[in-house]
Amino acid sequence: MAQLTYREAVRDGIAQEMRRDEDVVFLGEDVAAAGGVFKTTVGLLEEFGPDRVRDTPISEQAIIGAAMGASMTGLRPIAEIMFSDFFAVCWDLVANQIAKTRYMTDGQCSFPLVLRSANGGGSRFGAQHSQSVENWAMAIPGLKVVAPSTPADVKGLLAASVRDPDPVMFFEQKSLYAVKGDVPDGEHVEPLGVARVVRDGDDVTIAALAAMVPRALKAADTLADEHGISAEVIDIRSLVPLDTQTLFDSVSRTGRLVTVEENPRLCGWGAELSSIVAEELFWDLEGPIMRVTTPHIPLPSADALEDAVLPSAERIVDNVIRLVD
Amino acid sequence: MGNTAAAKKTAIVQAPGIDQATRLKLYRVMYECRVLEQRAYDLFMQNLVKGTSHLALGQEAVAAGFGTAMRSDDYTFCTYRGHNHTYVRGVTMTSILGELMGRECGLLRGKGGSMHLTSVEHGAMGSYAIIGAHLPVAAGAAWSAQYKGTGQVSVCFFGDGTTNIGAFHEALNFAVIWNLPVVFVCENNLYMEYTPIDEVTAVKNPAADRAGAYGLASIVIDGNDADVVYEAACAALDKARRGDGPSLIEAHTYRHGGHSRADPGKYRPDEELQAWLARDPIPMYRKRLIDLDVSEAEIEAIESETDAVIDQATEEARNSPPPPVDIAHIDVWADGSATWRN
Repeated sequence: MAQLTYREAVRDGIAQEMRRDEDVVFLGEDVAAAGGVFKTTVGLLEEFGPDRVRDTPISEQAIIGAAMGASMTGLRPIAEIMFSDFFAVCWDLVANQIAKTRYMTDGQCSFPLVLRSANGGGSRFGAQHSQSVENWAMAIPGLKVVAPSTPADVKGLLAASVRDPDPVMFFEQKSLYAVKGDVPDGEHVEPLGVARVVRDGDDVTIAALAAMVPRALKAADTLADEHGISAEVIDIRSLVPLDTQTLFDSVSRTGRLVTVEENPRLCGWGAELSSIVAEELFWDLEGPIMRVTTPHIPLPSADALEDAVLPSAERIVDNVIRLVD
Repeated sequence: MGNTAAAKKTAIVQAPGIDQATRLKLYRVMYECRVLEQRAYDLFMQNLVKGTSHLALGQEAVAAGFGTAMRSDDYTFCTYRGHNHTYVRGVTMTSILGELMGRECGLLRGKGGSMHLTSVEHGAMGSYAIIGAHLPVAAGAAWSAQYKGTGQVSVCFFGDGTTNIGAFHEALNFAVIWNLPVVFVCENNLYMEYTPIDEVTAVKNPAADRAGAYGLASIVIDGNDADVVYEAACAALDKARRGDGPSLIEAHTYRHGGHSRADPGKYRPDEELQAWLARDPIPMYRKRLIDLDVSEAEIEAIESETDAVIDQATEEARNSPPPPVDIAHIDVWADGSATWRN
């Protein structure tokens, strides 16, 4: 095991796959010579050279389009969109072209590509550089959607995303880049579509994603220490494919579900999980399903304001207590 | 006699390097495109083609010229007005008509429709129905060819209206800075949908006048002259294959009908329409062949063969059943499934 930051795990994941497969290429703004604005790709240009690690202009449509065209003709591109908010300027390529073309062509082409991006809040960047947009991607048939919470999962899920034959939206939570964690030595690949129980518990299931996972764990500690409530925490890890079985196994035991989402309220991924559980596990429930989300607002910039609106461990605790009581 | 001699001279000056076999092929392909599009129109009128369709009647010389010049492993990216561009890569008429009619024999078994004709095995990498999207995609395929050193070229067709959307400019800049083997072909048919392109564009030639902004030569060609298109295509393909990067070609042409099925095209001045109909690429080229001593019988043989093929294709498509409903639920993912959960 090596201790790596979430940021270093991005680089290691890309490097592992580029060493393994010459068809893996990488492009984005400031990713090569500068090593990425979040320093997630430092050293890749030096190791793999300018034919495989390429800086682009500020042209998100060109970046995504080039990745699409390359993937349908034999390469396995990884494209970086600097902030996930910027997907809005190239969403046609993502949602209409990459996601639909395999289906529309009766399966003639595949798009083995990864679109990486720094997602989410907590960095005081304001409303246009802090959104949590994984639910945009989840709403589009044809896109796989992954959002890791730990350095080990960054590396392992990124590797699996590169190897996957379908387009994967890979959301890195930017406030986690400095977080350290153990990453297995040697080749590390984690399968897509498998949620992980990160804390066992009996009274309530808390389902979380990315930066909400450590907050859910902190809340679970408080619930156990101060309120005698045993919370099970599930890191969803992958919204598409979605591991409903791990969720069902947990909720059928605990009888209670709380989702913790960073995305704004309406049509967040927790609503989809809630609807699935309500339809299929209703008679196992001992109370209403609760969603803890960012309110339905653009994110404010000031630290005091941003901290007040993003789901916090305290807010999770309050909701769980209301549910269990 | 004097006129014939003049026409001969013009043709020879315009296209000194084109041999007779190539000329006959250009005529055949244009004629095939014409009857295919005309048949698509007729089938609309019979309500056998549903939805919408965007015909390229009158614009056949561009698809034929490029299709004839391209290597079989080159890539084509085209628009919703893409029946001809897909057909010229070797796709059958039956599969195109079948797709328009939503039949099992359709190229995409009815999952794409008129606006998305694709045949990867023929290098026809898709018809893209949202303006501009496919220009960067074509650049990406060219990147792949460049990276792998295959010598393939990516050819991207689009209309004049595309020159005013951001993806056009992003793709051109990107292709130039990466020196990609891609040829961008603007078919300027004077109208972006219903609006004259010159009313909404800052420059006279919407593509060519912007070429300089990307360090490219400004190239305007007569898109109704198959020889001219063929030669321009050969030059641009050679340039790309040599590693000398992308080209942008603006081909002036005219669609004989409206933008789509719903549009009778009444906004076009009659004298403009008549002038362009007089420059219909197919009769024009037929006359050139006669002037170059191709026999009437040889030309008629091409026409009657094609007429038989389109009739047979029409029958095959009409007789094909609707696609099985279960295919609506497959092929979202590469494993063939549409499964998003366990």
